[in-house]
Amino acid sequence: MVITVGSGKGGTGKTLISTSLAMSIGNVQFFDCDVEEPNSYIFIKPVIEEEIGIETFVPEVDLSKCNFCKKCQEICRYNAIAVLKNKVIVFEQLCHHCGACIWVCPNKAISEKKVKLGTIRKGKSDSIEFFEGRLEVGQATSPPLIRELKKYIEKGKDVIIDSAPGVACPFVNAVYGSDFVILVTEPTPFGLYDLKLAVEVCENLNLKKGVIINRSGKGDNLIEDFCREKNIPVILKIPFRREIAEGYSKGLSLPEIDPQYKMEFKTLFEKIKNL
Amino acid sequence: MEEIVILSGKGGTGKTTLTASLSALIEDKVIADCDVDAPDLHLLLNPEIKEEKEFKGGYRVKIEKERCVECGLCRQLCRFGAISEDFIIDDFLCEGCGLCFNACPQKAIKMDIETAGYIYLSKTKYGEFIHAQLFPGEENSGRLSSEVKNLARDIGIRENKKYIIIDGPPGIGCPVIASLSGADLAIIVTEPTQSGISDLARIVQLTQFFKIETKIVINKYDINFEMTEKIEEYGKRKGVEILSKIPFCEDVIEALKNKMPVVEYSKGPASAEILNIKKKIFG
Repeated sequence: MVITVGSGKGGTGKTLISTSLAMSIGNVQFFDCDVEEPNSYIFIKPVIEEEIGIETFVPEVDLSKCNFCKKCQEICRYNAIAVLKNKVIVFEQLCHHCGACIWVCPNKAISEKKVKLGTIRKGKSDSIEFFEGRLEVGQATSPPLIRELKKYIEKGKDVIIDSAPGVACPFVNAVYGSDFVILVTEPTPFGLYDLKLAVEVCENLNLKKGVIINRSGKGDNLIEDFCREKNIPVILKIPFRREIAEGYSKGLSLPEIDPQYKMEFKTLFEKIKNL
Repeated sequence: MEEIVILSGKGGTGKTTLTASLSALIEDKVIADCDVDAPDLHLLLNPEIKEEKEFKGGYRVKIEKERCVECGLCRQLCRFGAISEDFIIDDFLCEGCGLCFNACPQKAIKMDIETAGYIYLSKTKYGEFIHAQLFPGEENSGRLSSEVKNLARDIGIRENKKYIIIDGPPGIGCPVIASLSGADLAIIVTEPTQSGISDLARIVQLTQFFKIETKIVINKYDINFEMTEKIEEYGKRKGVEILSKIPFCEDVIEALKNKMPVVEYSKGPASAEILNIKKKIFG
């Protein structure tokens, strides 16, 4: 079973919940797909056994072969290459590594220059197999790294995926192929607005989903009314408690802050399997 | 005109809370929300939409079976593995680069550009506000962020404004880079948690990579003094000023629930500190 934890809004508690779930049930593969800002290592504390560099390429122009015909600039859908009078500028941050410029160049003046996209870190913590993607700072496109990372998913194993915030391509890439999506929200207008967007993505991809209300308390009805209307189960509520916030700040997962959560998450996992 | 962008790396540290309050306190500015896939600033600024523009960012690429001779060139060229053995394009894997569309000798591939979101030009009681909504699940958030920013710049220049205040997205990827490019100052909002520190280091690395002046705001600094100290040490080491420490304050959540900037909701300790930030940067 592959479960992805997402949220729309950042900072609602995705990582706290995904790591707490993995640490409570054990025997899982855990994937930190928030490759821009991976944090789950703080909670899972894995021993890293292997680091694998992931490369991509950007175009490199050999000016001695270039006749400044601008075909590369015209074909590039990402405005990543600009041809001036006697100079060609490549904007590496805009490049999507598609190779169209290389293909179109009539003079074979463009070649692939390897650049580091990020790192995949593999490790272990008790019975958790830990995998993390870490985008190289300055690189703009995380989806190719997320896809590389997800190749380590083994069929038949239980898998927990921690997604990036937002509802654009990093989230879509993390959530794609999941059996169930946990959407973590908070009872505020921000939480609700972004939850609605995340639900829309799950609906478009035909994914089963449930909602966890974090920092639950006054105002829960805001979220509950929406979930009722959409027929989405609220599968857990975690109350706003100072000791949780303090434990989180030190890098402790929920079962470490309050041992009763171990049972809660085990029950939750069974519940999700039966939904 | 000065461009000030509010970023965080980690989500949920208080970017939008700070941006909304600064928008209420500073005069002579244009406000922009460059978080286009999960935008929240409009919830606090209560905008009245004056103009709406389609964002042409989506694409649908299709192979027309009648024309296709299954030569396989498109599959061979596609770097995203988006074309299946029976020549169907997977929308999810396709990045819309158009290479197959350009290369197909049979001209059997169709590529349509579609609307992927909207850009809004709005009026608020705090001034003009540019924001957007990318359709959920769409790509190209970086380009939409750039378009929002460019529109804000055009208005700022035309109306001779002093500042552009930009609410940025979380992370360090394309929409963040788009929000950041050309900014005069990046204010990074962080929190005193292990995750906050870990993410702070990566976003500061990014702003320094682009050589943009950076200042740090520690939000809810009093929930963990030890971590706050660590952030202060980090700032010193990296030569980044700690601009402000905002205390934890229930009023912030109450203001949010009432859909107002906190400085307008209460005169509590968080509002007082935000006022200090305003004085330090904007006089």
